[in-house]
Formats: sequence, structure tokens, C-alpha cells
Amino acid sequence: MSTEFKLPELGENIETIQVTRVLVSPGDSVVADQPLLEVETDKATIEVPADNAGTVDSVLVSDGDEVSVGQVMLTFTDSAAAPTAAPTAETEPEPAPDPVPPTSDIRHPTSSLLPPPSSPSPAPPTSDLRLPTSSPSPTPYNVPAAPSVRRFAREIGIDVTVVTGSGPNGRISIDDVKTHAKQRNEAPALVAAGSIATPPLPDFEKWGAVERKKMAVIRRKTAEHMSLSWGQVPHVTIFDKADITELDVLRKRYADHAVEAGGKLTMAVMVCKVVAAALKRFPQFNASIDMGTREIIYKQYVNLGVAVSTERGLVVPVIHNADQKNMVAISVEISALAQKARDGKIQLDDLEGGTFTVTNLGRICGTYFTPIINYPEVAILGIGRAQPEAIVRDGQIEMRTMLPLSLSFDHRLIDGSDGARFLGWIIDAIQEPLLLSLQG
Amino acid sequence: METDVNSKHIVVIGGGPGGYPAAFHAADLGMQVTLIDDAPNPGGVCLYRGCIPSKALLHAAAFINEASEIAEWGITVSKPQIDLDKLRARKEAVIAKLTGGLGQLTKQRKITYLQGRARFADPKTLTVTMSDGTTQTLTFDAAIIATGSQPIHLPFAPDSPRVLDSTTALDLADIPASMLLVGGGYIGLELGQVYASLGSRVTVVEMMPALLPGADAALVRVLAAKLKKQFEAIHLKTRVAALDETPEGIAVRFEGKHEGSETFDKILVAVGRRPDAGNVGLENTGVVVDEKGFITVDAQRRTAEPAIYAIGDVAGQPMLAHKATYEGKVAAEAIAGMKTVYDPKAIPGVVFTDPEIAWCGLTEAEAKAAGRDVKVTSFPWAASGRATTLGRSDGVTRLVLDPTDNHRVLGVGMAGPGAGELIAEGTLAIEMGAVADDLAWTIHPHPTLSETVMEAAESAMGHSIHYTR
Ligand SMILES: Cc1cc2nc3c(=O)[nH]c(=O)nc-3n(C[C@H](O)[C@H](O)[C@H](O)COP(=O)(O)OP(=O)(O)OC[C@H]3O[C@@H](n4cnc5c(N)ncnc54)[C@H](O)[C@@H]3O)c2cc1C
Repeated sequence: MSTEFKLPELGENIETIQVTRVLVSPGDSVVADQPLLEVETDKATIEVPADNAGTVDSVLVSDGDEVSVGQVMLTFTDSAAAPTAAPTAETEPEPAPDPVPPTSDIRHPTSSLLPPPSSPSPAPPTSDLRLPTSSPSPTPYNVPAAPSVRRFAREIGIDVTVVTGSGPNGRISIDDVKTHAKQRNEAPALVAAGSIATPPLPDFEKWGAVERKKMAVIRRKTAEHMSLSWGQVPHVTIFDKADITELDVLRKRYADHAVEAGGKLTMAVMVCKVVAAALKRFPQFNASIDMGTREIIYKQYVNLGVAVSTERGLVVPVIHNADQKNMVAISVEISALAQKARDGKIQLDDLEGGTFTVTNLGRICGTYFTPIINYPEVAILGIGRAQPEAIVRDGQIEMRTMLPLSLSFDHRLIDGSDGARFLGWIIDAIQEPLLLSLQG
Repeated sequence: METDVNSKHIVVIGGGPGGYPAAFHAADLGMQVTLIDDAPNPGGVCLYRGCIPSKALLHAAAFINEASEIAEWGITVSKPQIDLDKLRARKEAVIAKLTGGLGQLTKQRKITYLQGRARFADPKTLTVTMSDGTTQTLTFDAAIIATGSQPIHLPFAPDSPRVLDSTTALDLADIPASMLLVGGGYIGLELGQVYASLGSRVTVVEMMPALLPGADAALVRVLAAKLKKQFEAIHLKTRVAALDETPEGIAVRFEGKHEGSETFDKILVAVGRRPDAGNVGLENTGVVVDEKGFITVDAQRRTAEPAIYAIGDVAGQPMLAHKATYEGKVAAEAIAGMKTVYDPKAIPGVVFTDPEIAWCGLTEAEAKAAGRDVKVTSFPWAASGRATTLGRSDGVTRLVLDPTDNHRVLGVGMAGPGAGELIAEGTLAIEMGAVADDLAWTIHPHPTLSETVMEAAESAMGHSIHYTR
């Protein structure tokens, strides 16, 4: 039987490695634990051992290849029925060891009584365990950081090995860890985008006069946040149009209801209501990704962020539990939040906890655009400008009002077909308003 | 969903230096804790039949040795008279005081203490056979296995009161005229020295070419020199092939470097300890045990069964009390949801013989085997003022340094009286990432043996005050 040998997990945060040397060739027979390849991570050169004895069938990688965890590197013909996997919970626990050592081995237990003089030897055999959840890992042997510093770094989620120590001979202090954390937060894009440092700017004055102005805080935050999102999230954007002719009739008919309540029944409000319903049906779009723990976090609430541009810049107030509110209530809340935002009176509470964002450029102009996801959300819907268009319906050309929609989503979590289905459902619900009551 | 820490119920099986600190720490973190052990109070092997009684007896042995050496100072004392019953009672009193204290601390923390033996019925349930014969069933949010280890016996040794293990040796039934110590590890040498000081003629047999296999040879040499005088004989590279009880004692046949036969009054078997993973019903859980019998755990001491943790001797080498305690704290914090991990950079090992041997971090041999370029500096205690005032210039302090990284301290080793206390500085130095200069430029009190650490560091920089090479 031929088995595949995949690149095993080599440690936390190691996703890809570079093959520096392939140590076996097809036809070689190997024993368990024999090194098969020498690979290089950003930290060290490691030999990857065979987990079983067998004969190499084929070698699928060569020197210099970049390989990711889980990728097949070799195939084997296994000799004997050696177990292929690390022990799992299903494995029978080994019986207690024979209480008496074989006579020839008296010395062994004696020597094993002695403490191995350093921690590397008793290092936990983490790798052959089916880990129930991710667990922080010990720091390497010679990081010049005290136990308190390592503990602090672990607590705030900083890898102490990448912190620059400011003390004599590179000693790392708690302050160094804090500084590192701060810098990381301030330059998220750099960290995220695989650390390509921003190149220095040219001297613009060579070509004429310039004026340098301090960025407003909100501008800077937007810049950082967008870079973070752009750097972290592989975006896909899809576009389509919804026929809002009928919905617009309804909108006009009921506009007064909203006005009475103090809101304004806009197309954006109606789309928000539809989106809130769609998020209940497609929980994947109402989620976040935790790459650290390799988990997907599904939120059991629907909080819609609505992008509002103000004089100071873009803010995204949040309509909490939008799925439980009717269109009139949503319209009132959007008006109130937008006003607060423009008056600069918005509270932190109003801006937090969003699960999905809607952004509307329709009042200005434009059809399609590529909205950037409001990280750590996983999708965003952009609304363009509704226009009357000549549309072919049932073989007839008709004038219909069409609303351009642009949906960006995080491809780590959402595949293209899921995106299309989500947008399709929204469009159906817009075109057939009754659908919302039937299915939403 | 994570339950509130305060409502978590955790059960700790085994009350040794792994189990009771885990229980105490968990209680201090606000969890509801049950601690199970078969003794009336917590303490485990360490307090009842390990570290503590052996150290109490070694204290007496050290006095006897000093008394014999004080003649050189012009003080003559008569040969010490040994009242074995009183010595034994004193040792028992030490145990009772310390374990009783732990019992008090257990009560003060409102920990439920069950005297009995626990077994897993399934991954979520424990059955406890209480010492009074009744049975209890317990469920838990998390369990910590801290069942420790047991001495390994020789399969061919006769079942006889003349054949001792560390537990029965500590009972101090009598002082045999002659004793064979099988195994030259730390437990054997400590107990061997106790018996030698009390008057037994002690012979050691060890398979390996040196005593204390694994320890730095330069340190072992210092102890071996002393033991050669105290012990009847030390047979290295020699194996016990047969043990037979005769009316005179135990007839032993040796194989290897020292061939032959000899009869001893008593045999003390100290060939190692095995993890005690076999009695807790692990077969009813998903907990994985490795080929050496240790429970496999991750960096937070969690077993393959998510709600079950394992710490101490049962969870891997080194089988030492302080390593068990550290793990106990890690497991308790992990259960409380904290991001703690088992992350020691150095674990001190101490042999409480006279002279003591202590080390932590990397040894020279290990560093070389790992392909590391290291610089080793030694400071002989003959150059220490304090050692001379103690009449003990046989010691040595050694530092293993990384010359490519500011002489960062990778390992520290010492031999000499008090080495066990002094090694704490070495462990701290390694944990703090200290370099030789940090030790050299820290004022050490004069005259003390701790100055040897400072001077060994100075000599790495080429300028030790009291020692030139
Ligand atoms: C003679 C001697 C001297 C030593 N000297 C030193 C020293 O100087 N320094 C040092 O660091 N280490 C020393 N050690 C080693 C030290 O004793 C151990 O490393 C330490 O005790 C391990 O602690 P533990 O918590 O893992 O388990 P243990 O101390 O072994 O405790 C385990 C406890 O669990 C109980 N138990 C087992 N199974 C069950 C069950 N199913 N239900 C309920 N209870 C159970 C046992 O009865 C025991 O009380 C010495 C050992 C010996 C034998």
C-alpha cells in the first residue's frame, strides 16, 4: 500500500518551510525516525524524520522548494503494518510498564533517576499528542528574558523571541514587550503584509511646492485599519444588480411612516433590513476567523455597521441586533447615529461590536466599487447608485430601476460560490419583498 | 463554553509535591478542589518516604562525619553513640510536623481531602475507595493525575527483609554490618552515605563507568574521592547477576569489571523509579501513556483527554519534587484558563551527599553533544577563603557559558558542602538570561562560598581575583 508523507506540524506559527536538502531518493528503504529531508524555517534548520519504516516510492519536492504544512512531500510503500498516526484517544492505553526491568538493563533506570540537567530533555512530547485545543508553547532555551517577562508576553499574546531587548546584552524587559506590542498595534499593516517595510518617500519638493499636514486621528485610524484589513484578508469582490422598481414603489408608499417616527426610509435602510435577514440565513458571513486558534467564531447576534462619512472622515456606527428591528426602527436609528456622527457626539458603544458592514456610495455616484472589509468582520456590502435601465424581461425591453451591489468577502472563510449565493439571496429578497417575510 | 472559574470543580489524585501545590493553587485561584491520597495527610513520596526523611537522616550523618574531622582542629570528641530508636523517632517527628502542616493548609483552603485511592470509571467519573472501606463517586470539570512513582525492584531479588528499597531503607530497622548498594544514582548514594556514617560497611555496584551517570564528571569526581574513603568498595562497570539468600545474608554474584561473589547482610536496591500510571484506571480514559510508562502531556500538562492533566513523576523526567510543583501550578492555571505553560530554562538537580553535588542548565558534555560552542570556567574551592575556614577545599564551581552570546550562562554546576543551596543562584541566572558579567558584577558577601560563582564568572572574563590559570 502506498502512503503519502505530508509535511508535519513543526511548531507553532510554522506554516511553510523551505526544503534545503532531500536526504532520500525513490527506492530507498528507510527506518522509523530516519531523517528524510532537511528543511529550514525562519528560525532553524530541522530534519524531518520518517514516522514509519518503508520504501520511498516517489519524491515530490526538491531542494529549494517552499512547502506548506500538510503538503505531500514523498510517497511510501509501508513495510509491515506500522501504525501511521500518532496515538489518539482511541488507542488503547499502554499497560503499565513491567514493574521489573530486564536484568541487563539495571543501569538504565539508575541513570534516568538523575535529573536531565536542562529542560530540553524533559520537553513535553507535544507533537505526538492530539491536542484538544491550542496551547501556548514554551520559549526556546536561550531567550534573554526573565520568567516574569516571558509570562507577561504570553499573557498579552506576544512571541517573546521576536522582541528586541533594550537591556545590556539584549536582555528583554517587560517594557520592551510593551513597546513591541504597541509598535505592532501601530503598524499592523507591516506585520500583516509579511513585513515588507514601507520604502522611504521621495523628496516631493524636487518637483514643486508641497504642504505637510498632520493626519487627523480618524484618518490615521482609517489608514491603519484599512491596511490591516487589506494585508490580512484575501478579498474577493463580486458585483450584481438588483431590480428595485417594485421595492421603490413600496418605499415611497410607506415613506411617511418613517418620517413620523423621525427617520427616513431610504433604499439603504431597506437593504440593511434584507442584509440582516440574510446574515441569519448565512451565518458564515456573520463570523470572524481566529487564525491563532484556527477557529471560526460564529456570532449569535447581528450587528450591522453602516458607514457614514463625516467632515472628519469615515465612521461606522453600529445598529445592534438589526435582525430584530423593523425597517422603521432601523431608519430612525440610522438617522440618529448619522447625526451623532456628524456632530462628533458618537460614543464608543455606538461603534463597537459590528458583525457586518454596509457602505453606501449611491447618494454620490458610481455603480460598482471594491469595498474593503471592516476587519475582523468577513464581508461588506457596497451599495451603488440606483439608475433606470433598459432591461430585457420576458423577451420585452422594459425600463426598470436597478441598484448596483458590490459584495467583498474574506476568501479565507468564504468561497466564491457562497458569496454568489449570499448576494443572490439578497437580490431575490429585494426583488420579491414578500420573500423576506416568508424566509427571512 | 468556558464555565466560570469559580464554579469549576477540580480533582487532584495524589498528594505529593505535584498534587498538593496543584490543589492549593487551584483553590487560591477560586476553584472548588478535592484532593485524594491514601495517606492521612498530603505529602506523597517526598514527605513520607523520599526527600524529607532522607534529608533528615543525612543531617545526622553529616554531623557524625564532621565530628570525626574536627580532630584536625584540635578538638577531640568521643565516638558518637547512636540511639537508633531515637534517630528514627526524630525522623518520624519531622515527617509528622510537615505533613500535619500540609493537612492544616488543606483545611484552611477549604479543600475536600479524601483519604483513599481513586480510579477513573470513565473520562468524567472517578471512583474513590476510601481508607475506611467505603466508596465514593466523583465527577469533575478537570482532573489532575499526580500519582508519582514507585521504586523499581530487581526481578531476581529474593523476597526477604534483607533486601531493601529506598522506602524500607528509610525505616532504619537496624544498622547492618555490611550493605551492598545496587545502583550508583543519587537516591542510592544518599542512603548509602547515611548507612556508612551510622557504621555499615557499604559497597556500591554500578553498571556505568561512573557514579551518578549523566552528571558532570568534574563534579562527580569530587564526590567519588570522598566516597572512596567512606565506602568499602565501589564497583563500576559491574552488574549484579544473582542474589541468593543464605543463612549468613545475601550472596551476590557480580559480573563485568569486578567478577566474583560476596555475601552482604543487606542489599539496598536503588536502580530507579517507575511512573505510577497503572493504578488509576487510565484504560477507561483516552489518556496516552508512552513506552516508558509516563503519561503523555502537552505544554500545559494536558493529556490526550482534554479534561485530564498529569504532573510530577508520572508525567515525565526529571522525577524531582520541585519539577512536580512547578507543573502543578501550571496545570492549575491552565485549568483556570490562564495562558501558562511549562517553561523552565533550568531545573536544578541536587545530590545531598557530603559533599553535595548540584547543577542546572546544560552540562559541558551536553552542550558539546548539541554542537554548541561553549566556554567552561572552573573555580576550585581551594582558592575560596570560606571553603578553607570550613576545612573543605575539595569543592569546585563551574560555569558553562556561550562565548558567541556575551558569555550568557547556559549551565552551572558545583560540588562541595552547601552546593544545593548555592545552585539556586545559578538557576536564577539562567532563568533571567544573565551573562557572566552580571554574576561578576553582582556583589557577593564575603566570606561565603557564593563568591565562587562570582569568581568563576570573573575568570571567564580573564580576571578572577583569587585564581589564575
Ligand atoms: C529516597 C528518595 C529521596 C528523594 N529525594 C529527593 C530530593 O532530595 N529532591 C527532589 O526533588 N526529589 C527527591 N525525590 C523524588 C521525589 O520524591 C519525587 O520526585 C516527588 O515525590 C514526585 O512527586 P509527585 O507529586 O509526582 O508524586 P509522589 O510524591 O510520588 O506522590 C504521589 C502520591 O499519590 C498517591 N497515589 C498514587 N496513586 C493513587 C491513587 N490512585 N489514588 C490516590 N492516591 C494515589 C501516592 O500514594 C502518593 O502519596 C526523592 C525520592 C526518594 C524515593
